[in-house]
Amino acid sequence: MSPSPWKVFGALVRRDVHVVSRELPFFLLRTTLQPIMFTFVFGYLLPRMGFVQRGYTGALLPGVLGVSLAFASVQAVALPMVADFGWTLEIEDRLLAPVPTWVIALEKVIAGTVQGVIAALFVLPVARLIMGPIVGLDFAHFGVVVGMTLLGAFTFSAFGLLLGTAIRGEQIGLMFGLIVAPMIFFGCAYYPWKALSAAPVVQALVLVNPLVYVSEGMRGALTPSLPHMNLAVAAGALVLLSAIFMAVGLRTFDRRAVS
Amino acid sequence: MGPAIETRALKKVYPAPPVRRRGPRGPQMAPGGPPTPSASPGAREIQALDGLDLSVQPGEFFGLLGPNGAGKTTTIGVLTTRVRPTSGTAAVAGIDVVHDPVGVKQRIGVVPQRPNPDRQLTAIQNLLFHAAYFGIPRAVSLPRAQALLDQLEIGDRGEAKVEQLSGGQQQRLMIARALIHEPEILFLDEPTVGLDPQARLALWEILRSLHQQGRTIIMTTHYMEEADRLCERLAIIDRGKLLALDTPAGLKARAPGGTLIQITLDGEASQALSAAESVPGVTKAGAKGAELSMYAERAGETLPAILRAVEQAGRAPLDIRFTPPSLETLFVSLTGRKLE
Repeated sequence: MSPSPWKVFGALVRRDVHVVSRELPFFLLRTTLQPIMFTFVFGYLLPRMGFVQRGYTGALLPGVLGVSLAFASVQAVALPMVADFGWTLEIEDRLLAPVPTWVIALEKVIAGTVQGVIAALFVLPVARLIMGPIVGLDFAHFGVVVGMTLLGAFTFSAFGLLLGTAIRGEQIGLMFGLIVAPMIFFGCAYYPWKALSAAPVVQALVLVNPLVYVSEGMRGALTPSLPHMNLAVAAGALVLLSAIFMAVGLRTFDRRAVS
Repeated sequence: MGPAIETRALKKVYPAPPVRRRGPRGPQMAPGGPPTPSASPGAREIQALDGLDLSVQPGEFFGLLGPNGAGKTTTIGVLTTRVRPTSGTAAVAGIDVVHDPVGVKQRIGVVPQRPNPDRQLTAIQNLLFHAAYFGIPRAVSLPRAQALLDQLEIGDRGEAKVEQLSGGQQQRLMIARALIHEPEILFLDEPTVGLDPQARLALWEILRSLHQQGRTIIMTTHYMEEADRLCERLAIIDRGKLLALDTPAGLKARAPGGTLIQITLDGEASQALSAAESVPGVTKAGAKGAELSMYAERAGETLPAILRAVEQAGRAPLDIRFTPPSLETLFVSLTGRKLE
């Protein structure tokens, strides 16, 4: 008799918890150092130098959290997967498990989501410490914060599944240079989307970037008194994008798993 | 009970590899796929399997013999649900690999061509997690894993990280992993490639004992000696087609021309060639330097006449060697290609 898919799913989760918990400090360093350094420069140095207004940190903090959880989620799923399908072939022992292959892909996305959330939880106190008191920060809508964090991390994990299965090993550098880096710069992480009305063409173009909805969603949740995109629009866009990424990502995963 | 493995008119065509214009070539091989030729604008689709019919009985030790690119790995790939056939059918333990891959996976163990252990885990964790992927609780898998490691003589390496294991030890770990869920049918894809001779002999012993326990084993190899010594029946395949299927002894008996006789003479062999060719029982003869070589169905009976003919031609034999009919000679005659 074949075991139930959920039992196998649980075993896959245990494997990832075992592996990831050992690697966690390195993982956090790798994925959050960039946003933390950004926080230090733009949230500590520049305000002290007087180049940016003190109130900027209110717009910056949600964006930094958005970048952290998005970047961590994408990396957690995509990097091991490129290696797994490209040269180590280590995932084979899971592809031989008596479950449909989508169970294995889904587990990777869920594990990536959890890692994204952990990265955001790690960055939040660090950023607060660096930036000092933040005007407008408000944890009153805690449920919304949790919901946006989970939704953002899931969307980017699903994006990681797509990237990790669609991209070949030799293109990893390209992936970061051409996809992830522009995504961060044009993700409204370091400035609110409404402020982009100063450059209307850019404001329209960035709407294809999933990170915009994570950043703005985090703004709506964490600093509701500051300008931000409508929460329902941000959440709706993330639901739609994650559905697309999952649908395409599961197909590309299956194509790599069964040639 | 039906056959353990059955394929009918199995075909697999891989699409033409994508054309790459620039950039270094990285690993291009799809898991379980054939070696992909370097991409060129004229590269066409690859016919890896071309109407393969196979049937393997339960408990049989079955070998797939062929050169690189023959379709062996693709065959294993289809049977282990990792390669989708283009047409035809394949069933494992009576279960169709396309319609119920989960049911197939439940019943098989797979030892890959290249060890691919989970490097983030220790040796025994590799076994325990793999068992968990099959729904086996730790209380059952732990003693079983230790017993397997002991049986494979790596019982003291359980806590070692995978990279601390030698190539042979990693390959044995792969065998242990393939057995941890007690599959009915074991697939091994070129299990001894890259092993030193001692490790290879040790692995042969392990495979023999697994077979004696009643397991069905399907193994690919391009080492004739390995196929000859281990397998009860052999399929010789090349370019995705079945060329011959029989016991090793039966196949060898089909090798053309019988035993190869090679005689080193005390001078130019070409002088003695026509005399040797005219001896009754000699099917084919050739001369190269001082070396006279010929095939004879009954080498022992034919040899005195050959030696007399050689002496009449004014030459004396310095050395005589016999090579019995082999899978290699059969393979060359079937395909015109050498096996290794």
